[in-house]
Amino acid sequence: MTSCQTQYLLMLLLSVGVSAVEVQRPRGVPLSKRQFYEEGKPFTCLDGSRTIPFDRVNDDYCDCKDGSDEPGTAACPNGSFHCTNAGFRPGFIPSSRINDGICDCCDTTDEYNSGAACQNTCRDLGRKERESLQKMAEITKEGFLLKQQLIQEAKRGLEEKKAKQADIQIGKKDLEARVEALRTVKETAEQPEKEAKERHLKAWEEQKAVIQMEKDKAKMAEVLSELDDDADGSVSVAELLSHSELDPDSDGSFTEAEAQGLLGGVDNVDSVAFESVWNNIKDKYASEANTETPAEVETTVEEVREPPSDNDSEQYPEEDIPEEEEEDDDEEDEEEDQEDGDYKSPPPTQTPDKKEDDDEGTMPPFDQETQNLIDAAQKARDAFDEAERALREVDDQVKNLEKEISFDFGPNAEFAYLYSQCYELSTSEYIYRLCPFNRMSQKPKFGGSETNLGSWGHWSGPEDNIYSLMKYEHGTGCWQGPNRSTTIKLTCGKETVVISVSEPSRCEYLMEFISPAICQEPSSLDAALHGHEEL
Amino acid sequence: MATFTERMAPVLVLWLAVFLSGTWAVDKGNFKTCDQSSFCKRQRALKPGESPYRALLETMELTNTRLTLQLINDNNKVRLLLELYRLQGNMTRVKINELKPLKPRYEVPDVLIREPPTEPLSLLSQDENGVVLSLGAESQRVILSARPFRLDIMEGRDVVMSLNSRGLLAFEHLRMRKDTFSYKVTSTVASVWNNIKRVFSSSQADPEAEKKEEADPAAQPEAAKEEEKDEDGMWEETFKSHTDSKPNGPSAVSLDFSLPGVEHVYGIPEHADTLRLKTTENGDPYRLYNLDVFQYELYNPMALYGAVPVMLAHNAQRTTGVFWLNAAETWVDISSNTAGKTVFGKMLDYVQGSNETPQTDVRWISESGIIDVFIMLGPTPKDVFSQYASLTGTQAFPPLAAVGYHQCRWNYNDQEDVAAVDAGFDEHDIPYDYIWLDIEHTDGKRYFTWDPHKFATPKEMLQGLSDKKRKMVAIVDPHIKVDSNYKIHNEIRSRSFYIKNKDGGDYEGWCWPGSAGYPDFTRADMRDWWASMFAYNQYEGSMENLDTWNDMNEPSVFNGPEVTMHKDAMHGAWEHRDVHNIYGFYVQMATAEGLIQRSGGVERPFVLTRAFFAGSQRYGAVWTGDNAAEWEHLKISIPMCLSLGLVGISFCGADVGGFFKSPNTELLVRWYQTGAYQPFFRAHAHLDTPRREPWLFGPENTALIREAVRQRYTLLPYWYLQFYHAHRTGEPIMRPLWVEYPEDPATFALEDEFLIGRDLLVHPVTEEGARGVTAYLPGKDQVWFDVHTFQKHNGAQNLYIPVTMSSIPVFQRGGSIIPRKIRVRRSSSCMMQDPYTLYVALNLQRTAEGELYIDDGHTFNYEKEFIHRRLSFANNVLSSVNLAPEAQFSTGSWIERIVILGASKPSKVLLKTDDGQESQVEFDFDASMSVLTLRKPGMNAGADWNVMLQ
Repeated sequence: MTSCQTQYLLMLLLSVGVSAVEVQRPRGVPLSKRQFYEEGKPFTCLDGSRTIPFDRVNDDYCDCKDGSDEPGTAACPNGSFHCTNAGFRPGFIPSSRINDGICDCCDTTDEYNSGAACQNTCRDLGRKERESLQKMAEITKEGFLLKQQLIQEAKRGLEEKKAKQADIQIGKKDLEARVEALRTVKETAEQPEKEAKERHLKAWEEQKAVIQMEKDKAKMAEVLSELDDDADGSVSVAELLSHSELDPDSDGSFTEAEAQGLLGGVDNVDSVAFESVWNNIKDKYASEANTETPAEVETTVEEVREPPSDNDSEQYPEEDIPEEEEEDDDEEDEEEDQEDGDYKSPPPTQTPDKKEDDDEGTMPPFDQETQNLIDAAQKARDAFDEAERALREVDDQVKNLEKEISFDFGPNAEFAYLYSQCYELSTSEYIYRLCPFNRMSQKPKFGGSETNLGSWGHWSGPEDNIYSLMKYEHGTGCWQGPNRSTTIKLTCGKETVVISVSEPSRCEYLMEFISPAICQEPSSLDAALHGHEEL
Repeated sequence: MATFTERMAPVLVLWLAVFLSGTWAVDKGNFKTCDQSSFCKRQRALKPGESPYRALLETMELTNTRLTLQLINDNNKVRLLLELYRLQGNMTRVKINELKPLKPRYEVPDVLIREPPTEPLSLLSQDENGVVLSLGAESQRVILSARPFRLDIMEGRDVVMSLNSRGLLAFEHLRMRKDTFSYKVTSTVASVWNNIKRVFSSSQADPEAEKKEEADPAAQPEAAKEEEKDEDGMWEETFKSHTDSKPNGPSAVSLDFSLPGVEHVYGIPEHADTLRLKTTENGDPYRLYNLDVFQYELYNPMALYGAVPVMLAHNAQRTTGVFWLNAAETWVDISSNTAGKTVFGKMLDYVQGSNETPQTDVRWISESGIIDVFIMLGPTPKDVFSQYASLTGTQAFPPLAAVGYHQCRWNYNDQEDVAAVDAGFDEHDIPYDYIWLDIEHTDGKRYFTWDPHKFATPKEMLQGLSDKKRKMVAIVDPHIKVDSNYKIHNEIRSRSFYIKNKDGGDYEGWCWPGSAGYPDFTRADMRDWWASMFAYNQYEGSMENLDTWNDMNEPSVFNGPEVTMHKDAMHGAWEHRDVHNIYGFYVQMATAEGLIQRSGGVERPFVLTRAFFAGSQRYGAVWTGDNAAEWEHLKISIPMCLSLGLVGISFCGADVGGFFKSPNTELLVRWYQTGAYQPFFRAHAHLDTPRREPWLFGPENTALIREAVRQRYTLLPYWYLQFYHAHRTGEPIMRPLWVEYPEDPATFALEDEFLIGRDLLVHPVTEEGARGVTAYLPGKDQVWFDVHTFQKHNGAQNLYIPVTMSSIPVFQRGGSIIPRKIRVRRSSSCMMQDPYTLYVALNLQRTAEGELYIDDGHTFNYEKEFIHRRLSFANNVLSSVNLAPEAQFSTGSWIERIVILGASKPSKVLLKTDDGQESQVEFDFDASMSVLTLRKPGMNAGADWNVMLQ
């Protein structure tokens, strides 16, 4: 801009200034403080600290501690300069921005001596601001209307929920009664079932004992004949000694005295007396005839642990590896130990039982009468279980309803509509998903698992506007850092939509979210729109 | 910076996970001890007093400026060539190399700013035991003793310094590899032959034969043992999983220096250790080997990012220095005969008249190269600074903006983030000059590029900063992503500019981008090419207000031995072993050259480097690397920067707030207060730490930080003057007290306070929860003025100062004049035309002196266009005199205020300007503090004037 133009512009500005109600006052003084700066009269610093001749006001030397003598120069470190900004909003700037070569006031008045080529942009800014304020006012208006609807909906919703809650409470009582009734039915049916089953089992046990005894007798006879080397129908100490496994103290030497002891203190026992001997030796006795397979093969599961793969460690100092393990979460180690313990214990299948069954046959099926009792009991049980499940479901419903009803959805529950909804924002790398009052997450667009960026914590706005921010906390832990968390900044709008997500600090996310629920009553905005024009 | 993002290549992540896990201390196991460095171990095993070296006086040649003679190792008959020079400015240079090395040995180029000019040497006397040379005037002599070889530098009757007085000169000559069968046969035969030959002729030079003579039959068993030792680390060395093939075999050099009368030695940065160096007898020597040490530990001699092989020795009578010009891995042993003694013990010695003078012995050991030593004979500290500056140059004169405050973080995420932080400074009225971008700003760690999403329109961003008269620094590291779609990589590869591995292929290592090549910055043609990459049309998105940060230039190689490059990598004919410590120096050199060239040689560059070497001061600033948010790290920033300043690198700072971890608010505030009074003032933080811009800690702390930063800005005229001085003289900006008070032993070990220039004494609060600090105010018959309260204190006392969170104890020396600009604005360049306030602090003689320096703040025009004035107060007259009448510069700045501390009330004050006009100046007198304030004298800062108090 040529100096000619500048002058022209200055004149223009002046004329504009004069044509508006321009009141003479020192540079940088707001209208509201004009009366303190009276031309030609001594000036008293606004903090009252001293009085100076008027020609020291704006003489580019700081005389007042509070900076009030230099409203139009940069001389005072703590001064402030008032821009009239005709056509836009007036304002103050720190006096250090006067003549620093940077245009701060849209009316260019801060750069009166720096040579900076500032353009008066106030009209433009004013128009834009009015437009945007207007737009905002409209949005706010509509948003506020929507908010009223939301409040109504929430009210209705709440009533519905409360009604539902009441209904459910009633239903629940019925259900509880039903459960109790069915429990009685079940227990009544189970008693005869139990008795019948026990009877059946007892009969089977007895039968098994008979079979077992017969088997034992046969075995005894067999053993007797095996032991009875001289076939005299009786077992002698000498004959017994050939079976060293019978050594009572298993010390490796089976003495005659010990054998005699087994035979009840005599040298010889006959087939009748052997019966009592048999009881002493049958557990240890090893048949001569069949070389039975030794004890069953152990079936414990081998602990299969692959060595940790360290394909990459080769390239790097291997000393580093253990340190990692050492330092990496002690907690995990504990968990691992537990898992290991589980892993090592054998599966719960009991093979010996099966063997016994094989030896002694299976229990015969229940007789029809017993079976009928069992079927009846089962039916009662099923009915009871179902009723109980239904009750649990109702309980859950009650709990959820209670939870929802007790949530802080804002002063008029205007945020209730967000509950159980989810909103997404797709960026170049991730899809962010906010489920208000639940959780916030991030999923890579091109494969990879979801990361929890925090679960609903609390409203966290400033005291006077607590519902302007939401805090989601305790998300997935950050490596070397805190658990992820997200702050949601709510602004007024007609829609409910996520605008942006950023990560200003590592693992601390910031989401901008638009919702009508945060819209303020428009009247307060109108005041702001009209109240600022000084001229 | 030394960590990573989670998005990195999995291998890297694994490695880093290992590296990072848990403990907040360095993993010492990743770095060699002397015992694990075979040459150090070998050399340290030598016993004193058994020097095999003898001077062959008959080989002496003395020209006007140079003495040469041969030294012989009587054990192996290898001959060395000694060169001795007398250099202008009271220095002596001693150079020792093999007389006939098998192949050339590396001599460090590019560090000396020129071939040092010599002065005549003359022979005073000579006999069969040695020669005596005169070192010019001042009754300085060098006594060269022949058997064993030894040099003593004398002044009058005092020995100032002795070389090889302990007989630890060692020079591992280059040799053929011995581990082949044929060699063993021939060597046995040869040794027999040599033995026979020896009977007949003793010292005929046949280097080949002599080399084998060490297998002397008399010492046969020992020799055999030695040969076995040979195998251990001489021809190959393994550290952790890394093997160093050593095709040239052993090549270490070593020499000892004795300093009679010296108990205090300083320098040899970079170590996280005390200002005064400790003796090393009970541990490892100080190590000089540029390394990227993750989470370095304090108070130990481990190597760090940079190396300046310069040591200063000081006592109340004299200061001297030794510059060991060698770029290979170097270890420095320090011992002292008084180290173990208590003060009481020393007193006892004194009382009992024990005449054992205190003495410090220093021994330098380097892995390869030659011995090239510059002995700087002082005698004052400032003489040593100017001597060293005459060899390696002075601090680059930075643009004024670089002296302001720097706001950095790993990382400012995107352009919006940058704009928001920039706006935050305005909103909270805190000045700053540079905002910084770390590695995440690039497109996949490809330097010279921008992330296409986060920094899509860098010029717009830079223009936005420029509109606020602010600037930016973006990082450019020397590791280059191996990626055939990356222009920089393709060009370097096609020009064969990469460092080669031992097999001749391009060396590749892991760093931020994954697999990376390392350009060979030791090549001048490579550096020229690199510099050309900073041209505005090459470095897309760059602008005039974008400067550069060189990180990771040790070089850092994540998967290399000790996180650096393999020593057997090749730089043309030289091994990395030979040039390691100078690599980072060259990176910064080439980068600074690039910034100069892009502006057609007009603009002063600003380049920050992490690695450095002797001479790095010529290219920009240095910071102390990846420190941590701990009080101890705040404390050590003082001795670390003081040590750097002593060896020429004045532009030093530590990451304000601490890089790793998160500082509590008190620590952050204290760090700002300390950093505001250190030459390089930058806040920086690790990627994983919470944000810590100054306004995030509540209004009270914002105000405290604002005040600290504003104090910095008010003092910019003084700081800038200090940089100008450092640039002109090589004197440190931030200096230990003993530099100004060399005769006061109470200052010799002080490291919790320091001076800026001569006139400001700073004792920052570095203790958590401090209620007060005790500052030592030096100087008998001196006074110091608290710069905040103007209270006067006497010198030569320990002064207890109660402190609050807002206290930064700073004192102005009585007798000084300090210019300030108290109108603090958004950035330094917004303050260019602002008026000055002169703070005149009177001494007991009621005089004071100071200077004022003004130039355009950013171009090389300062060489001719500047204002440099002497301000002096005497006989109640304050005057401004032109110190540079030939220089041209005009300023709009004027003198708005003169504050005279320690004044008495005048009846009137007259201003006399150079046109002869006299006018009366109004004033204000504060009798309680004796402060006289002259109101708006108004003369131009570049004019002659007198102000008379009557």
